[in-house]
Amino acid sequence: MTPIILLSLALMALALCLAFVRLLRGPSLPDRVVALELFSSILVGMVGVVAIATDVASLLDVAIVMALMAFMTSIGFARFLERGGPRDD
Amino acid sequence: MTDVVREGLILAGAIFMLLAALGVVRLPDLLTRMHATTKAATFGVTLIMLAVALHFAQVAVVARAFGVILFIMMTAPVAAHVIGRAGYFVGTRLWERTLKDELRPHYDPLTHELKSGREGERNARYGAEEDAER
Repeated sequence: MTPIILLSLALMALALCLAFVRLLRGPSLPDRVVALELFSSILVGMVGVVAIATDVASLLDVAIVMALMAFMTSIGFARFLERGGPRDD
Repeated sequence: MTDVVREGLILAGAIFMLLAALGVVRLPDLLTRMHATTKAATFGVTLIMLAVALHFAQVAVVARAFGVILFIMMTAPVAAHVIGRAGYFVGTRLWERTLKDELRPHYDPLTHELKSGREGERNARYGAEEDAER
């Protein structure tokens, strides 16, 4: 654990907190979906940094699954919104 | 040398992710927020995965890291497009200082119908031709 890795993990944790603020406050459902997608991107990055810090290369598979799940979730939410989810007007 | 490059990549990636999160909190409406998160977060993940590839330097790991980069670069624009489209159709409000919304005059939110704005022109031309035939 070099200080750079600790610092970048702290920055990403702060980014997660900020995204969580938007997830709580987001006025509409699409805003929350955007925050969730940002969550998953940050988590992929965190998994990459942890893989570097612990020298475990298999953690990358977790990152791949995470990215895949994020894509599926956003597509699913968009389908749900277009087929009569809660409207906002 | 490799260590310096790797740590620089990690730090830059983390800073880009922090910028994306800052953008998602600070920016005023859905589309601007998406513009912050999609690009900055994708770039941050790309930088961190490059650092992973540099750190391990084995064929299997480098291939997987580039696989993650490729996958994210291909799916992030698609996901952003789909969510932005759904958000527009659902009727999320744009920022009150938005200057131009070119879709609004052509799109009917109730019937979900999109017009090109040139139907009248076409009718006029065909009408004129029919008149000339008579």
